[in-house]
Amino acid sequence: MSRNGPVALAFHALFVTFMLAPIVVVCWVAFTPEGFLSFPTDRWSLRWFAAIARYPEFVAAFWRSLWLGALSSAVAVAVSVPAALAIARHRFPGREAMTTLFMSPLMIPHIVLGIAFLRFFTLIGLGGTFVGLVLAHIVIVLPFALRLTLASAVGLDRAIEHAAVSLGASEWTVLKRITLPLVVPGLASGWALAFINSFDEVTMTVFIAAPGTETLPVRMFLYIQDNIDPLVTSVSACVIAVTVLALIGLDRAYGLERLLVGRGTHGR
Amino acid sequence: MKSTPYLLSLPALLLFAGVVVIPLAMTVVLTFHDWGQYKGIEPVFILKNWQEVFGDPYYAEMFGRTFRIALIVTALAALFGAPEAYILNRMRSPWRGLFLLVILGPLLISVVARTLGWALLFGGNSGLVNKALMALGFIAAPLPFMFTETGMVVALVHVLMPYMVLAVWAALQRLDPQIENAAVALGAGPFTVLRRIVLPQAMPGILSGAVIVFALAASAFATPAIIGGRRLKVASTLAYDEFLNTLNWPLGAAVAVLLLLALVLIVVGANRLVERRYAQVFG
Repeated sequence: MSRNGPVALAFHALFVTFMLAPIVVVCWVAFTPEGFLSFPTDRWSLRWFAAIARYPEFVAAFWRSLWLGALSSAVAVAVSVPAALAIARHRFPGREAMTTLFMSPLMIPHIVLGIAFLRFFTLIGLGGTFVGLVLAHIVIVLPFALRLTLASAVGLDRAIEHAAVSLGASEWTVLKRITLPLVVPGLASGWALAFINSFDEVTMTVFIAAPGTETLPVRMFLYIQDNIDPLVTSVSACVIAVTVLALIGLDRAYGLERLLVGRGTHGR
Repeated sequence: MKSTPYLLSLPALLLFAGVVVIPLAMTVVLTFHDWGQYKGIEPVFILKNWQEVFGDPYYAEMFGRTFRIALIVTALAALFGAPEAYILNRMRSPWRGLFLLVILGPLLISVVARTLGWALLFGGNSGLVNKALMALGFIAAPLPFMFTETGMVVALVHVLMPYMVLAVWAALQRLDPQIENAAVALGAGPFTVLRRIVLPQAMPGILSGAVIVFALAASAFATPAIIGGRRLKVASTLAYDEFLNTLNWPLGAAVAVLLLLALVLIVVGANRLVERRYAQVFG
């Protein structure tokens, strides 16, 4: 296999710089000792990280985002498992249409979903409530949960289940002792990917969150719209740190490539 | 049992019927309602909002800007993302995985945090990007990036680039390196190999990546809102304004539904075109 030439490697270096620059800059500015936006050069300070504690709305929004992501991803996975089993194991009229419907939140712009949810929740009395947020987030993270549960349901060797049945296991025992344990890694990764997507979602949530139910990205977005100061960079640095940790965990556990491309690629 | 798959999918189906299909249908209905500063939303059937959206040149200009930006972002993402995917694909084992993580990872990092990074880099005349460009001699005077289309394009290219790399990368995985070696053995130069062997096989990936990037760029919200500020509007930020500042929901819904319809037409059309083209090539 041929190697990359010097021109290719120079291009690659520039490309990686471009991809990392804004992320590095946010984290860098977050350590400034000054009271205004500046790049720390000789002195580093954690004052803006300490300052987060004095803004209870950021702290509250952080916990709310965490709960919202955990809860909506858990429900999304719970709802995806039977649907994935149906899609993976049965051929039935409407199967394609159903799959398209479940994947549709990936295709519909989040701005449109946000508007639709705002109108709907206001009319049924869920406007600006946490319940409304959870319902909306279940829907938008379901495609991610479904994709990974579907992948593990398709990859399941049915001979193992048949063996259990022939050994006298009941349908419930097969589900509990054979099927579920085999799909758990897929479920866990599906939950994690759904969680990250819920934790980062801003476009749709900005429509349906009220002052008491703002998520962290929404709080950050609204804050940035008014002014940009070192405080919001330290909050962003924390968000980036959480995501990077989750990413590394996911990469170790499941393989980022498999997660994002949708299937394992085999070494040559 | 025949009903088993339906029973298994019932929870998800009920959820989607209740929380996706009904709200979307209600949004379409909302575009035909009337609205007034003091009377609020009136549930009547009128075409006022659609006449305004199609008649007022302001909306034509704003949709023109939205799709112009999306088109430029798509072209730039393909121009830089496709070669990068090819370079990544030629890397050796530890580097390949590492750089794939570095380039695809930002996909999962908050869009607000990434756009904030660009706002800091652009930051007025003394921004880091301008300093770097001037130091390298590309420009003589600082370029305005904040509150301009240029700034929106740069930030959006960054935000959406991972999708392009991902799509081209997936296409390149199907490429057999032996074909390249065969072409070299038969006397083809590196440029010929790229143009005649690699590019045609990467093309489906580039095109499917382009469709994704275009759709996401045209409907992006947080990035244009932060970089564009309050004055430079695209379709999604305008819809947001109508909903949460002006409170003219029917008009905002009309803008959003028009954006959705335009995107569906463009994406379906592009997919048809790609399929037809590749049916001819491979058929």
